[in-house]
Amino acid sequence: MERYYQPEIECASREQILRWQNERLVKQVQHVWDSVPYYRKKMEEKGVTPADIKGVEDLHKLPFLTKDDLREAYPYGLLGKPLKDCVRIQSTSGTTGKRVVAFYTQHDIDLWEDCCARAIVAAGGTDEDVCHVSYGYGLFTGGPGLNGGSHKVGCLTLPMSSGNTDRQLQFMVDLGSTILCCTPSYAAYLAECIHERGIQSKIKLKAGIFGAEAWSEEMRQDIQSKLGIKAYDIYGLTETSGPGVAFECSAQTGMHINEDHFIAEIIDPNTGEVLPEGSKGELVFTSITKEAFPLLRYRTRDICVLTREKCPCGRTHVKMSKPMGRSDDMLIIKGVNVFPSQIETVLLEQGYPANYQIIVDRVNNSDTLEVQVEMTPENFSDSLAHITDMEKSLVGALKAMLGIYAKVKLVAPKTIARSEGKAVRVIDKRKI
Amino acid sequence: MGIHQISVFLENRAGQLAEITSILSDNKIDMRAISIAETSDYGVLRLIVSEPERTASILLSHGFILSMTPVVAVAVPDEPGGLARVLHILAEAEIDIEYMYAIIGRIAGRAYMIFRVNDEEKFRVTLATSGLATISKEELGIQ
Ligand SMILES: [Zn+2]
Repeated sequence: MERYYQPEIECASREQILRWQNERLVKQVQHVWDSVPYYRKKMEEKGVTPADIKGVEDLHKLPFLTKDDLREAYPYGLLGKPLKDCVRIQSTSGTTGKRVVAFYTQHDIDLWEDCCARAIVAAGGTDEDVCHVSYGYGLFTGGPGLNGGSHKVGCLTLPMSSGNTDRQLQFMVDLGSTILCCTPSYAAYLAECIHERGIQSKIKLKAGIFGAEAWSEEMRQDIQSKLGIKAYDIYGLTETSGPGVAFECSAQTGMHINEDHFIAEIIDPNTGEVLPEGSKGELVFTSITKEAFPLLRYRTRDICVLTREKCPCGRTHVKMSKPMGRSDDMLIIKGVNVFPSQIETVLLEQGYPANYQIIVDRVNNSDTLEVQVEMTPENFSDSLAHITDMEKSLVGALKAMLGIYAKVKLVAPKTIARSEGKAVRVIDKRKI
Repeated sequence: MGIHQISVFLENRAGQLAEITSILSDNKIDMRAISIAETSDYGVLRLIVSEPERTASILLSHGFILSMTPVVAVAVPDEPGGLARVLHILAEAEIDIEYMYAIIGRIAGRAYMIFRVNDEEKFRVTLATSGLATISKEELGIQ
């Protein structure tokens, strides 16, 4: 039987959720207007005032915030409360430049921990459970978030933090951990170690809550079968609080977004236009209850799909798919969104090196996509038929993943430049 | 030890074949046979050379991708219908030919062909019982 941490909220009617959102958004916009000059200026530039925002239907009138804004406003520019009211910071490293610093009042932490508690209960957690938190503690939100949520549920909480696998396994066995919270890659690693040491029978885990990095459905199946648990996804980002912005339920078909705290939109990453439900696009969050770091229309750069289809678990909050890529990497080819990460997945599955190059061009007013990949000694054969078969199967797999035809070009080894950056992987000749 | 063909991956870049042939001549390696199978985008170069092992390590050191493939050299009667006769015998024996090509030059009224087949053992037996000669690598001057 499905259990909920806050059933009256998690299973509220859509009308009730919308009422909360309307009411809280109006209040939040006024709060930001009054206390965050950085955002107020953006609103003024767009000619919007709090009076224009009467509810969720007016959300699209507000300006976006991006990671660049966070960098520019570092450290206090987006603060919504006096520092004396703030009790915590958490931080995340950006891919470039300055770190992102987020502030919390005690109220903010309380609501964040509620969100994490919802995730733990959705994964089957009760006060009988031993919750083993192997996310990093400290500036990273993973450890503190799940730790707080675990307290709220009443689990015996093991603040393990990351690393020291021997100690992790020893506590897991000696204290009978039943719920594991960590990154999916660390869960996979722990599963390997448990098998190597042959201690499966001593492990009492029943569920895992894994997030903070991308993971595939295959990886979920692998972890589930190796550890004999159900593995749940969890989503969040420091900018909006941390893990628990969205979490998976027993249906395991997407993550319920905590809509009483966050309004989610899907936009076209190029035009900024709001897309209808079911469209693939960039996820945008508006925090409607956060006091200290009240971000409005924050562009996550994560590409996903939202659905309000009825979920068998009984929760009524909108569900988001696993992020399918990053908007900064997205290419639009023949009107279809294509992500280098999708191409990379196919290449690895088909036994090719991850070193590849994508060439997009326009020939006779039609986009063309070419994927260049290096021949390897393992894939090479003296039989041309064997190579063409391999090529055909790669073309087929790419078509299945992307929905459009991609020409495959097998090239000589070491002809594709090795690079740390992703930009070099894509050559878009259409822009020249 | 049978004859080993060197199979090299060729990205269809102008000059790649020229590069290989000049590497071979710079290193005083003689080509006994050469064949290219290709699509519009890439190809497989098949080489029979005087010093296969040395050639392989030199090409590898130049960054080429290659493999060594066992093949059989057959003396085909150099007369009208000579090759047809050989192919007929192979078809009868249900031996599949993956590919074949000619050796450069001919000796005493015979053409030498390189064969790559699915079952080399059966191929050799079939040739022997049909009175067709295979050629050793020594006869081709291969080390
Ligand atoms: Zn659900």
